[in-house]
Amino acid sequence: MSASNTSIAGTAQRRQSSWWRRHQARLTPMLFLAPGLIFFSIYVIYPIFQSISISFYEWDGLSPASYVGISNYVELMDDEQFYTALWNNVRWLVMFMLALPIGLGLALFLNQVVFGIRLIKSLFFFPFVISQVVIGLIFTWFYEPNYGIIAPLLELVGLEGWAILADEDYATYGIIVAGLYPQIAYCMILYLTGLNNISSDQIEAGRMDGAKGFQLFWHVILPQLRPATFIAMVVTVIGALRSFDMIAIMTQGGPWGSTNVLAYFMFEQALSEYGYRMGYGSAIATILFAIMLVYIMFFIYRMYRDEKRGL
Amino acid sequence: MFPTPIQKSGPVGRNLYRIGLPIALLVWLVPLLGVMMTAMRGPGDITAGNLWGVPSEWALFTNFNDVFTNTPMLQFIMNSFKITIPTMIGAVALSCMTGFALAAYRFKGNLALFFMFVAGNFIPFQILMIPVRDLTFQAGLYDTITGLVLFHVAFQTGFCTLFMRNFIRALPHELLEAARIDGASEFKIFWKIVLPLTRPAIAALCVLIFTFIWNDYFWATVLIQGNHAMPVTAGLKSLNGQWISAYHLVSAGSLVAAVPPVAMFFLMQKHFIAGLTLGASKG
Repeated sequence: MSASNTSIAGTAQRRQSSWWRRHQARLTPMLFLAPGLIFFSIYVIYPIFQSISISFYEWDGLSPASYVGISNYVELMDDEQFYTALWNNVRWLVMFMLALPIGLGLALFLNQVVFGIRLIKSLFFFPFVISQVVIGLIFTWFYEPNYGIIAPLLELVGLEGWAILADEDYATYGIIVAGLYPQIAYCMILYLTGLNNISSDQIEAGRMDGAKGFQLFWHVILPQLRPATFIAMVVTVIGALRSFDMIAIMTQGGPWGSTNVLAYFMFEQALSEYGYRMGYGSAIATILFAIMLVYIMFFIYRMYRDEKRGL
Repeated sequence: MFPTPIQKSGPVGRNLYRIGLPIALLVWLVPLLGVMMTAMRGPGDITAGNLWGVPSEWALFTNFNDVFTNTPMLQFIMNSFKITIPTMIGAVALSCMTGFALAAYRFKGNLALFFMFVAGNFIPFQILMIPVRDLTFQAGLYDTITGLVLFHVAFQTGFCTLFMRNFIRALPHELLEAARIDGASEFKIFWKIVLPLTRPAIAALCVLIFTFIWNDYFWATVLIQGNHAMPVTAGLKSLNGQWISAYHLVSAGSLVAAVPPVAMFFLMQKHFIAGLTLGASKG
């Protein structure tokens, strides 16, 4: 009697553990994914849709929101500030691309084996590690017409007392130059890694074929640096479109909104002394998101292609 | 190696490089050297326009003393640590699990989930700003370190998952198979086999996340208001408003804010660069 009891209990236990064993492989990934996925969905995925939905409302963040259809977008189309910000984003995007060739140039210059080169490389990379707030403060002070570091230089070329950051036409370029400083360092390190990974066989083969200098660089080296170029391009585009810190530190969008970009414009409309226009801010954010989505899709598509090839 | 090693070029080229390298470095670091030199000056030099000459007084300690005693800088630094370290631990812990799940198992929607993490990592912050601020308000966490940390953990999980998944996927799959045949549970495989092997990836992620979060400015302004929870980036910005033209103090403050990530970078350089250049060499 007791013997058969034990055997029943044993079977039940065995059945339970075999249920877990059978489903273990299916359930484990879900269990491992759950915490990260829940967090990410609450704080990143769901808010995207919320923002898009808020862009169809008039809302000050406190009182009930009222549905206004596409009127925020219609208003945006007539807002001169919006076009200034959009145009500045284009300028950022184009000028920021300079980080690639300059970074590559630096990488080629530093890709040598001489005494102390490791330390020199990391000192070149240094600006990337420092906060954009600090870089922004440094450059603001640089551009200061009377006390700034470039003051003597300006005097030399007869532009005494030129306040770049107060000049509507040039302030944006002043900020972009500050933004390029760490970005160039980033691209440089990507290219240094890329150069390190080029097989020396191919270079030697190229040299055997009589390729030298620029020819060797253009036909053998550059194609092999394509992965580095791709990553550098992705991070530079994202960096250019995300530009916010530098503008907040250096000009707050001024003078007269001339250095505004979409990211800062949105912040200004939704969360500053200019008012709490959450709906309008969300409409700007949605447009910025749509622009970025093009790049994100391109990146994902490439990853997808590589995944398929890898499988 | 490309370009041709400088040792193989003639004496002229070699000497040019030997001289050119330090000059280039000096020019590149002018902005940072300027800050260091200014942090040593007294206010007199700045109004007199003596920026590159020998300081008329050495005020390095006076300036630092000023920064630490007359401003909440110490509090800002402490806050930055309180924000950065929990975020680092949280994001890395979560992504070890998500990365493992996405790398070691085949299931429907695996790739789609992975791409969702990747894409989330690239979106503009502004599209999250209003809902995240609202959510933080509603949870009673606005203007608290916890509120900021929770968001940072969630957002950084995207990047960390990309990193971890690719790292674990590159490990030899036979290891997991062998352990399964030996009867190890899936959890044991994660804990005893995968985690120890991902140590370099964990190290790389820790340094990267530390630097990213330490240098964050946007979310600090969106989710924090008071000095009690403000990290050093936002603190420096607010101090800058008070220190009009006191560039010696701005410089000293900037140096203080820059030290922790710089120290982290120099100590963990190899991991830092390995993390940052992920994908730059293959593809």
